[in-house]
Amino acid sequence: MFISIFSAVESGVIYALMALGVYLSFRILDFPDLTVDGSFVTGAAVGAISIVNGVPPILATVFAALAGFVAGSITGILNTKGKINPLLSGILMMIALYSINLRIMGRPNLALLNEPTLFNQIDGFWGGLGIDKTLNGLVESMGVDSLPGTWAVLIIMTIITIIIKLVTDYFLKTEVGLALRATGDNEKMIRSFSANTNNLTIVGLGISNGLVALSGSLVAQYGGFADVNMGIGMIVIGLASVIIGEALVGTRTIAITTLAVILGAIAYRIVVTLALRADFLETGDMKLITALLVIIALIAPKVVSARKEAVRKKRKRTLLASQRKEEHSA
Amino acid sequence: MLNISSVSITFNEDTQDEKKALQDIDLTLDKGDFVTVIGSNGAGKSTLMNVISGSLKPDIGIVEIDNKNVTSIPEFKRSAFIGRVFQDPMAGTAPSMTIEENLAMAYARNKRRTLRTGVNKKRKLLFIEFLETLHLGLENRLTAKVGLLSGGERQALSLLMATFTEPNILLLDEHTAALDPSRAELITNLTGEVVDKFQLTTLMVTHNMQQALDLGNRLIMMDKGQIILEVSGKEKQELTIEKLLHEFQRIRGEQMANDRAILG
Ligand SMILES: Nc1ncnc2c1ncn2[C@@H]1O[C@H](COP(=O)(O)OP(=O)(O)OP(=O)(O)O)[C@@H](O)[C@H]1O
Ligand SMILES: [Mg+2]
Repeated sequence: MFISIFSAVESGVIYALMALGVYLSFRILDFPDLTVDGSFVTGAAVGAISIVNGVPPILATVFAALAGFVAGSITGILNTKGKINPLLSGILMMIALYSINLRIMGRPNLALLNEPTLFNQIDGFWGGLGIDKTLNGLVESMGVDSLPGTWAVLIIMTIITIIIKLVTDYFLKTEVGLALRATGDNEKMIRSFSANTNNLTIVGLGISNGLVALSGSLVAQYGGFADVNMGIGMIVIGLASVIIGEALVGTRTIAITTLAVILGAIAYRIVVTLALRADFLETGDMKLITALLVIIALIAPKVVSARKEAVRKKRKRTLLASQRKEEHSA
Repeated sequence: MLNISSVSITFNEDTQDEKKALQDIDLTLDKGDFVTVIGSNGAGKSTLMNVISGSLKPDIGIVEIDNKNVTSIPEFKRSAFIGRVFQDPMAGTAPSMTIEENLAMAYARNKRRTLRTGVNKKRKLLFIEFLETLHLGLENRLTAKVGLLSGGERQALSLLMATFTEPNILLLDEHTAALDPSRAELITNLTGEVVDKFQLTTLMVTHNMQQALDLGNRLIMMDKGQIILEVSGKEKQELTIEKLLHEFQRIRGEQMANDRAILG
């Protein structure tokens, strides 16, 4: 049990970067960008093929993010310069990327089993720190018997994700970042304050898909392979993370919302892990579970607030009625 | 300051819905001119504003600002020196962003947007100073989201955002029309104050005749895509609503007679 929750959190933190990307397009730019299904794989493909060809993993990861940036920008160009509607721009790019990803990898599946990755490269250094021993000792003392092999992935990824979160928070407060947010919030208004909303949309989608591809390349290095189909439904998973996080943590400020998205990504992985433990569910049901989760997360808040409102009104009515009764009897 | 010469624009040309929204318009505003624009629905007032701001490109004619031909400069670039307030109070601000963030975006209008934070201590003080001139207490709500403000408050903020960077030209399109009378009066007064304070060259569309008479040093009346009446200076000061209506009927009557003569 502990071990499966542990790996759920671990992959949650890696997928959180993808969720942050989806947050940027869906929420900040108000652009339902379906490029994600393709650009996630592009990141994995570029990262994997670079590593196979001897590029150091860190550099391969950067290449992956850049490739995602380019893919996202092209979606932005299709939308702004080509005047193609947002959904269609993303779908077109997603389909195009499927072929491109196959070309990049040269085959549908690329294994990284005996290759260096960001994670196994630091093993030697990490082992020397003795963190695993300390943490495992701690967990063991709480009565857990099956222990994770290494905490390196979780801790390193948490650090990377937090840094990227903080950079994102800062960026969204800069002059450019404010204009980017306004592009999604009130495009006409920010254009009347001399911002080039076309370029902002293009750059915004670039950054968004850059994060998605970064996440894709890390997932490939974590799992030890890149697969041309690994991106199917990714957009819905990203959306699920964003919506679950927002529902759990709230959206009061940008910093809180980005934190919510990260926690949402982790919560999503945990929910799926727990759901798959049920005997009647199979791995193949994961996408159905995801879709149901999104539906619930979208509908539940509305139902809850409608219910609250109804209760409030009812209470008010009974209060008024009892007051009137008192007046009568007085 | 602003020079419009022989500007025409026709929508849906050569179709049944053809609409000559502007016909051969000539208009010049000197620096500091405050021109109120009146005219019936569909007269072409908004179209004129859109041609000046660049959100519409005229079929023919030239728009010059500060002796510079801006006819083919895109809207977002032109807006570095044009301030606008729209009729819809929701249109001029970003609702999910805070008051100070909205002001910061307006502040960046005529500068290059950088990767430095939009709201800093120095700017905050400046924003507070400007917000105080609105007398709405918004200076105490810098971090409130603009979507929470009332229509009047949002419109006052829009007006401030459009003006405090002192644009070369200010365009107001029925910016008080969606407000209740007392809020409308507030915004009207604020408009007079800021235009005066910054000596802004202003074009204001209104359906409120009294407002058109009270504000500004010039008045133009539009009808069917043409400017049919121009009044300024002392003549404008002496103008009343009755005279204006009378004048309108007289011109309309003449036009109808002309049309009949042509047709006949
Ligand atoms: N984008 C457009 N496409 C087609 N016709 C348009 C378009 N914009 C305006 N028109 C038409 O051009 C004419 C002038 O419109 P405009 O909006 O300038 O009028 P207005 O004087 O601002 O009227 P109102 O007082 O109702 O705001 C109208 O007949 C309108 O229907
Ligand atoms: Mg109009």
